[in-house]
Amino acid sequence: MWQNIKDFAADFFVTGDPLIYGADVAIVLTMAAIVFVLTYFKKWKWLWTEWLTTVDHKRIGIMYVIAALLMLFRGGVDALLMRTQLAFPNNEFLSPEHYNEIFTTHGVIMILFMAMPLMFGLFNLVVPLQIGARDVAFPFLNALSFWLFFWGAMLFNISFVIGGSPNSGWLAYPPLSGTMFNPGVGQDFYIWGIQISGIGSLMTGINFIVTILKMRAPGMKLMKMPMFTWSVLGSSLAIILAFPILTVTIALLFVDRYFGAHFFTLDGGGNPMMYINLIWMWGHPEVYIVILPAFGIYSEVVATFSRKKLFGYKSMVFAIMAISVVSFITWAHHFFTMGSGGDVNAFFAISTMIIAIPTGVKVFNWIFTMYKGKVSFETPMLWTVLGFIPCFVVGGMTGVMLSVAPADFQFHNSYFLIAHFHQTLIGGVVFGYIAGLIYWWPKVFGFKLNERLGKWSFWFWNIGFYVCFMPQYVVGLMGMTRRLSTYGWDTGWWELNFVSTIGAFLMGAGFLLQVWQILHSIKFMERDTTGDPWNGRTLEWSIPSPAPVYNFARIPHVEEMDDWWEQKKRRENGVAPKPLPPLEPIHMPKNSGIPFIKSFCWFVAGFGLVFDWLWMAIPGFIGVAVCMLAHSFNYDTDYYIPVEEIERTEAAARGAV
Amino acid sequence: MKRGYRRLAATISLAAMAFMLAGCGDKMGVLNPKGAVGKEQLDLIIISTVLCLIVVVPTLVMAFWIAWKYRIKRKQKTDYQPEWSHNTKAEAFMWGIPLVVIIALASITAHYTYKLEPSKPLKAEAEPITIQVASLDWKWLFLYPEQGIATVNYLQFPDNVPVRFELTSDAPMNSFWIPQLGGQIYTMSGMKMKLHLIADEPGEYFGSGANFSGEHFGAMRFVAKATSQDEFDKWVQEVKNSSPALTKEGYDKLALPGVSDKQFFSSFPDGLFDWIVVKYGSGGHGGHADSSSEKGESHGHSEHSEAMVRTATASEEHAHHHD
Repeated sequence: MWQNIKDFAADFFVTGDPLIYGADVAIVLTMAAIVFVLTYFKKWKWLWTEWLTTVDHKRIGIMYVIAALLMLFRGGVDALLMRTQLAFPNNEFLSPEHYNEIFTTHGVIMILFMAMPLMFGLFNLVVPLQIGARDVAFPFLNALSFWLFFWGAMLFNISFVIGGSPNSGWLAYPPLSGTMFNPGVGQDFYIWGIQISGIGSLMTGINFIVTILKMRAPGMKLMKMPMFTWSVLGSSLAIILAFPILTVTIALLFVDRYFGAHFFTLDGGGNPMMYINLIWMWGHPEVYIVILPAFGIYSEVVATFSRKKLFGYKSMVFAIMAISVVSFITWAHHFFTMGSGGDVNAFFAISTMIIAIPTGVKVFNWIFTMYKGKVSFETPMLWTVLGFIPCFVVGGMTGVMLSVAPADFQFHNSYFLIAHFHQTLIGGVVFGYIAGLIYWWPKVFGFKLNERLGKWSFWFWNIGFYVCFMPQYVVGLMGMTRRLSTYGWDTGWWELNFVSTIGAFLMGAGFLLQVWQILHSIKFMERDTTGDPWNGRTLEWSIPSPAPVYNFARIPHVEEMDDWWEQKKRRENGVAPKPLPPLEPIHMPKNSGIPFIKSFCWFVAGFGLVFDWLWMAIPGFIGVAVCMLAHSFNYDTDYYIPVEEIERTEAAARGAV
Repeated sequence: MKRGYRRLAATISLAAMAFMLAGCGDKMGVLNPKGAVGKEQLDLIIISTVLCLIVVVPTLVMAFWIAWKYRIKRKQKTDYQPEWSHNTKAEAFMWGIPLVVIIALASITAHYTYKLEPSKPLKAEAEPITIQVASLDWKWLFLYPEQGIATVNYLQFPDNVPVRFELTSDAPMNSFWIPQLGGQIYTMSGMKMKLHLIADEPGEYFGSGANFSGEHFGAMRFVAKATSQDEFDKWVQEVKNSSPALTKEGYDKLALPGVSDKQFFSSFPDGLFDWIVVKYGSGGHGGHADSSSEKGESHGHSEHSEAMVRTATASEEHAHHHD
């Protein structure tokens, strides 16, 4: 009996590595500390009623951001472990097996559990406020999306200490990810972590399309929408077209692994090439899904801090939509070297280059927005003009170089490629989300972030970035391939790798400075009482910060693009504002515990399927079904905020003005 | 304070450049090609870089110049025009210039895509030599059907003679890459891929597997040595005289997961390469149904793997049409 338990535990828990034991201890201590703090301060009820059951888009947005920053930390630690391993030739800091797990989890976490939730967090925090809405179209669904993401991410992350992490790369190409070469549970954690959170992503896409198309304030025609909202629309359209492909592809992989089917196996007529095509039919639009909202952020930031209208609004809209459409016909540029022949390669090379045109137009538009403006360099603008523009222009250029199919035969799978996509994903996506987070932070929390610490972190991130990734272009041309766990002295790659590692740690320091910046600002920054600390242009700056639960006491009537800016201008010119209509009771959605519980049931079902424990999976699925039924028969989903309460809230918020 | 940052940045970039220069020379791989294919690919890399720089450099200069010129702390702010947001001419240029550059680059790319299609034989005076390549877990097996010898993780061929590589895999897919000679191609099981390369001068070139294929993927390195025809012939004779034969059982053992040093074999079983190509999903074809495959049993649809082989060949024939 005792022996059985010991054997089981040896399989069930990841053992044998001091790093893992350290992590085990840290996880247990952190959990114990959280439980202790919540119990000591009697906060369990607060946690449940205010956060876990909330359907308020602003709170869901905050939870997305917190989760994404935690994932950024985990993915960042993965990155630093890899860079430490590669700092010296023949290093034995990580075994090949461990290294393979780390680059796999680094990739999955950074794209699916860091970039996506940070993006969804910004969608939630900003879009309803920008379009003058009181919430998203489907608040319950929104909460469900978040919790599905959360429990999917937890399921993926738990593989670190239980069962073992996936180790076949972030896109898990078969046959390597099939049972023949990968019999362990790591790959199953990958499948279910992504499936569960992927459903959430799809629903968020639907939710924001409907929100943007149906919930805009009266008078806000499509062509008067703020650019960030446009970019969210472009991104969400791509999500609803691309994510079903991911779900189906991963489901087929699951069927292969679980039921022994032969979609992607070597034997039995399976074809791994089909998987590679399918996964990139999602994977390529995915990178545009995450970058489009970043483009939207840059557009807002540049206009605000140039104190000038965005240049070329129509071009911008057209460019966003063009990118969103063309991104669907470029996927094969990820495998020019698969032997598809000249016709296929030429087609995908050219379709890829075409994307550079609208992207270039956007860069020109941002530059022209500054032209004849009054440009100031608060941190969001610093990230945009000094961080993003040079980084992304160079990253875009290497992207065009990679799209030249016959040359790609020399770049493919090398560190040149690694440097390129980190330059666009960090220089484009991460820099953008950081700029957005700093820009909208005062709207969400009611105080600005400390500028001085923000600038320090900016310089550490940026200098670190170039020190880390510029050498990688060179070492790639020298022949160093990605996913290599070590290399010899004879290769001549050591110096450049060493420099690259220094850069990675500088970026890590930049991240720590950001954490310090946030903590410092929470303690010391003054409250912003204006609701409009940056002299903003769009509707979100017309209401108090943080926004009241109902956002707008009266739904605004929009007349022009950048309506808030125009209102302020009219007021300055002495035009009397129109008399306000009387307040009316506001219709709001009620909190619900079902999204949290249902997603947890998914987690239980997923965990059961990972270990092939039907006794656990079936109750999990029953739980999901019960939650669906319970929600279907719940008619008590909404309430009205009475006028007196609105008056009280507004007085309290405006009273501080 | 500001000067401090700049000094830091300057020091770091200088140090980085020094390191890069130190790494120059024979280790420069793609930038120091020793074969016709690699040279043309380098030309193409340079052409595309220059074309891109035509747009990129002015854009960056303009970005920094405008951001500086219109900074809020400038003295004269009379040129502030908060409503200026559209200019048809400027926008026409914005769309036009990248469009022109991309059209130029696209035509060059299309031309080179057919010219450098890897399955297309190279034009050279010498008759090509065929080498068959199989990526195994985690080593490279090279078969010389014309010479009758086989090697592991070591490749030798005459210089100035086109090499016709036929490639497949008996493990998760990999990618066969010798940066100094030219671009890579995937090795996939059930497929026969083609890659044509040539070395213009004798030398030892670094080669490796470029596509992740599992635990010891990093050990899939090999030396590609180009020598004179005489030396090559001598080497073949030496391998024939002094090395053991590779048997079917020996191959099965070799294909088991594990890493390997260089190995040499004086002979190998007839049709070994084609057997590897069709072994997945071929029930009883080619008289090898009895052989025990290490991983998974082979059953089911033989048409499929043949179809795939056909596809690879078809794309080769296709490339011929564009000669």
